[in-house]
Amino acid sequence: MRVLAAMSGGVDSAVAAARAVDAGHEVVGVHLALSRMPGTLRTGSRGCCTIEDSMDAQRAAKKLDIPFYVWDFSERFKQEVVDDFVSEYRAGRTPNPCMRCNERIKFAALLERGLALGFDAVCTGHYASIVKDSQGQLELHRSLDMAKDQSYVLGVLTQDQLRHSMFPLGAAASKELVRKEAQDRGLSVANKPDSYDICFIPEGDTREWLRDFIPTEPGAIVDESGAKLGEHDGHVGFTIGQRKGLRIGRPAADGKPRYVLEIRPKTSEVVVGPEASLEVEEIAGSRFSWCGSKPQGIEDGLECEVQVRAHGESLPATATLKDKELVIRLNAPLFGVAPGQTAVIYEGTRVLGQTTIDRTERKSVASVG
Amino acid sequence: MSVFLDHASTSPLRAVAREALDSALATLGNPSSVHAHGQRTREILEDARDQVAAACGANRSEVVFLSGGTEANNQAIKGIYWRRNQADPNRKVIVSAGTEHHALIDPIIWLVQHEGAELVELPAARNGEIDLGALAALIESRGDEIALISLMWLNNETGVITDIAKVTQLAATKDIPVHSDAVAALGHIPIDFVASGLTAMSISGHKVGSPIGIGALVVRRDFNPVSLLHGGGQERGLRSGTMNYALAAAFGAAAKEAVAELEERQARMRLYRDKLESEILAAIPEAIVTAAGTTRAEHNAHIIFPGVGSDSMLFLLDQRGISVSAGSACQAGVLGPSHVLLAMGHSPEDASSCLRMTLGHTTTESDIEALISAVKEVHPQALAASRI
Repeated sequence: MRVLAAMSGGVDSAVAAARAVDAGHEVVGVHLALSRMPGTLRTGSRGCCTIEDSMDAQRAAKKLDIPFYVWDFSERFKQEVVDDFVSEYRAGRTPNPCMRCNERIKFAALLERGLALGFDAVCTGHYASIVKDSQGQLELHRSLDMAKDQSYVLGVLTQDQLRHSMFPLGAAASKELVRKEAQDRGLSVANKPDSYDICFIPEGDTREWLRDFIPTEPGAIVDESGAKLGEHDGHVGFTIGQRKGLRIGRPAADGKPRYVLEIRPKTSEVVVGPEASLEVEEIAGSRFSWCGSKPQGIEDGLECEVQVRAHGESLPATATLKDKELVIRLNAPLFGVAPGQTAVIYEGTRVLGQTTIDRTERKSVASVG
Repeated sequence: MSVFLDHASTSPLRAVAREALDSALATLGNPSSVHAHGQRTREILEDARDQVAAACGANRSEVVFLSGGTEANNQAIKGIYWRRNQADPNRKVIVSAGTEHHALIDPIIWLVQHEGAELVELPAARNGEIDLGALAALIESRGDEIALISLMWLNNETGVITDIAKVTQLAATKDIPVHSDAVAALGHIPIDFVASGLTAMSISGHKVGSPIGIGALVVRRDFNPVSLLHGGGQERGLRSGTMNYALAAAFGAAAKEAVAELEERQARMRLYRDKLESEILAAIPEAIVTAAGTTRAEHNAHIIFPGVGSDSMLFLLDQRGISVSAGSACQAGVLGPSHVLLAMGHSPEDASSCLRMTLGHTTTESDIEALISAVKEVHPQALAASRI
């Protein structure tokens, strides 16, 4: 196969490309320039498409003796990922830009362009596995190394995208072994630190970064009854479930910590309350997709597990498709889940599909985002 | 198959340059030393100076060896500006054009940002020609404020040739020094420094088949720019530092040969270039030869393929072993729209859809045929990929 290896300049994508070469594929390395100012040097621990990352990717590609190019997706990335990130926060929601990037850039813009240029698949360093079922349908599964599993951020992939995707690290036993492999292959990125932050927020301070895009409007911090407890200098950047940085002078009547329960962008109000009020029993979204074929029996309710953040645990639940909405009812309450987040549903290690959460239902009060 | 049609980026090393380099490297001595060893390498350096001077129509004492085009442009622009500004603080205007190379424009922008200079860019027509009528008017209205004029002899992207004699004629009416970046011109069109009326001119070795890292600033004997470097005072005090006689020897040999076979090569390049352009235009009628109808270099074909991203086209051609160029790439490797085409009034889309194919001394007819068939073959695919 002709394979386009997306190379970020990190160790995982370099080893993934190397494995694709070993498997006998004709591999071309591509570094995606996603920043609007691709000439900048890395400042913190991380920075997407800096000169250093691009050079690291190029050095790895040359070590593997494969052609290498830098493709500019900065315009698309800004429109599809960065602008969306800002507008979601403006609306008081908590987006996941990495999923959005996979959905719109890596496995859409890049893949489509690769297909148009004669490639068969895109290869990335994600830790996830693609498995073929007895009917020849493809399934996405968690990686062998559960500690590194990234199937959550790939939950947006469709059957067609899976057909043109390759994740050679899905079977890797551990990150340490991947680093060792990189070292043995003579790849200079073997000891490069992992990236955890959002690539376009170099300092890692989302709230501070958002200030440049969203005017901060001071507002009230209120409790569930509407009583004013304090003030904040802008609702942007508050996250459901957040406990720190609320700066409320008075302690709660019960002396227990208070958490952000709800963000009301229209009135710039932030609602806080006890942990118990964060309990969510049901989450639902109307924007959903199936990772592979549509799960059988989903209309009648399907026992599954749900995961709502990249490194979160998965919890038993029942997913039902009704009235064009994917409704996920949790067996035990979940704490601190926010509209805008993505819920990925699993059956064992298999990813069934995902939805962007539109609404969450608590025991008593409904919170509509 | 490997086809190199990017001679304007760097031209293959000429055998005579390699021989001169090898021979010079085998000779010991600092050209500034007074002993016999020093005298031997001094002789190599001065022979090279003769060859370079002859190749560009300069007097030998006008050739100042340095590292290449960027250094020559920096030394010329800043050195002439400072000297002129010293003599008359009212002379703050630098006249140039948006179609110039970054190695020329960026030193001017530095002077604007740090030294209070004013940059006036002459308009460029859609075909790349610089508006010399505007230059005449500017000299007429603001001649007393102009520190210098700098216009490139041959545009490195479009291949358009500027009438340097006309520029110096206009400048002479107000005694304004003119510099020209002739990096793309040397060895590709005839140039004569003395006859041109220029005060200074930048040239570079690797565009004519020497190794990278050697060039020259040609400066009239009666003009003394302020030096960027300070030290031992070598090269008329304009380029302190031990002289690189070995690279100079390679530059001299390459320049001599390039100019000696220039006329024959120009005729051949014209045939190749015309064939290349006409066959591509016949197959892809919407393609635009940017500098059509202008006085332009024979070895340069610069074509806009509307709707086709340069990066897709470059990628597909590279996959077939064909090296050509687009606009300039940033350090991270991203191709940006050509600033030259933007300055000529083309849209950002068209400025991101051009290919520059530059021919040179190693180019054969089969290279041209390979390029033509590859462009025809990949164009539909590149067009489809660019729609995504």
